[in-house]
Amino acid sequence: MKVALKQPSVLPGFGLTLGYTLFYLGLIVLLPLLALVLRSSSMGWAEFWRTVSDARVVASYRLTFGASLLAAGVNTVFGLMVAWTLVRYTFPLRRVIDALVDLPFALPTAVSGIALTAVYAPNGWIGRCLQPLGIKAAFTPLGVLIALTFIGLPFVVRTLQPALADLDAETEEAAVSLGASRLQTFMRVTLPAILPALLTGFALAFARALGEYGSVVFISGNMPMRTEITSLLIITKLEQYDTAGATAIAVVMLVASFVLLLIINSLQWWSSHRKGA
Amino acid sequence: MQATGAIAPVFAADASVPRSARAERRWTRWLLIGGSLGFLGLVLVVPLIAVFTEALRGGLRTYLASFADADARAAIWLTLTVAAIAVPANLVFGVMAAWAIAKFDFVGKSVLTTLIDLPFAVSPVVSGLIYVLLFGLQGWLGPWLAEHNARVIFAVPGIVLATMFVTFPFVARELIPLMQEQGSEEEQAALSLGASGWQCFWRVTLPNVKWALLYGVILCNARAMGEFGAVSVVSGHIRGQTNTMPLHVEILYNEYNFVGAFAVASLLALLALATLAAKSAVEWRHRALRRSGSAALASSTACGSVPN
Repeated sequence: MKVALKQPSVLPGFGLTLGYTLFYLGLIVLLPLLALVLRSSSMGWAEFWRTVSDARVVASYRLTFGASLLAAGVNTVFGLMVAWTLVRYTFPLRRVIDALVDLPFALPTAVSGIALTAVYAPNGWIGRCLQPLGIKAAFTPLGVLIALTFIGLPFVVRTLQPALADLDAETEEAAVSLGASRLQTFMRVTLPAILPALLTGFALAFARALGEYGSVVFISGNMPMRTEITSLLIITKLEQYDTAGATAIAVVMLVASFVLLLIINSLQWWSSHRKGA
Repeated sequence: MQATGAIAPVFAADASVPRSARAERRWTRWLLIGGSLGFLGLVLVVPLIAVFTEALRGGLRTYLASFADADARAAIWLTLTVAAIAVPANLVFGVMAAWAIAKFDFVGKSVLTTLIDLPFAVSPVVSGLIYVLLFGLQGWLGPWLAEHNARVIFAVPGIVLATMFVTFPFVARELIPLMQEQGSEEEQAALSLGASGWQCFWRVTLPNVKWALLYGVILCNARAMGEFGAVSVVSGHIRGQTNTMPLHVEILYNEYNFVGAFAVASLLALLALATLAAKSAVEWRHRALRRSGSAALASSTACGSVPN
């Protein structure tokens, strides 16, 4: 008896296209990722643990995860404001500004990195204004936060825009006609409705920030224990020919990103499920 | 200026609900617009302007002289070469994968779709590292490659592979939802009228998805030319040989040659602006073509769900 692995179809090309897809996926994505997993498993648990719990590595997790969380938080607040403004209001150059929100996607990270450093360095346009206030931005954890905010912004805005545009006007109208103030309507009606999108945007921005490298390494100053992010530490280990150490830290980062991917997929499922209900 | 939003006018006829029910007070509105523009200005616009002013700091002649440098030219050439290999490779893959996934039903389809998106979840540095583990001197295939006098890591093939990895899903993820939504009735009709498989693809499928295809290629190309982290791990930073434009920016910057660094960076920034313009043009075009109920392109852009 033959089990149907594929529904019959009159269209040609199934074998060719699926075969090529699996071949190319295996070659470019799965085989290299497998190399990482096998390499780290050949390492031995004790050595693995010693590498990933080293004080300098732990300091880098603290900075990377902390700054990424904060940056995602900043982006959630300002991203909501930007998305709201772009969806609900009309003002000059709105379409240009809307397009510009994607700049962090399009601008190579190395360019963002040196540009942000130039602007936020003590002699830069904005850094100069911060100095009298006693705030040092570049070459401090604040600089890392600024870079991660830059690259995470589009994720929040682009996730929120369709959610805000899809909002049912009648619910809001009803709330207002029943005497709710604008702020009450926002907090009780609008915000719960866009909550899944808001959380998804937060998680996407956080996930992106965790692995970011190019835009951070210029502005952070890369001082061990203080402003060294985990991605940089992987590169440092590689440059010292400590492949095993680099692999161990990479596995930690990879597991973190896969857990986040799982969370993001569940959030998106929740979001679409709610919409359907 | 009426801030009634896109949906409000529909309800304006309803006299029981005032037209401004969904609109904030004037000052709240301006505060929000001002806050948004201020934030975008500080975070996005000021750094973008800084790239060009820093590049032109020494005057136009110094700026142009930066490109006469042989290493800068080699970097530009290498970036173009890498994109010219990686983008078509992922384009062919994207079309193949979308055909298999959107036109047929088979076991394991959703797992395959998830796996295709996987490279977006892997951070750039790790994306480079996995190729070092495979092809580096201490890697699986490294000793064999060394025996045959072939190099992948610290050479152009490694840069191409790492770029292919980070740009892997771009075309596929634009095509799959759109082709799934379109179904395969048109193709079946063409086949029953006697068209061959290829004719069916070129004359029916391709015209239907050309905008999404172009969109994916634009995004794929931007990332391919701008990738830094992954390429940085596999390149070895050999001047004039394995330095792409973003890596050359880093080298010049670390040598305190700021004008040179920002000059090369300004080319990449122009590429980014051209990408944004092309992307917006395709989006508007697409929206104009399918005024009603087109979710595929809009939603996939919206999520642009591209961790990394």
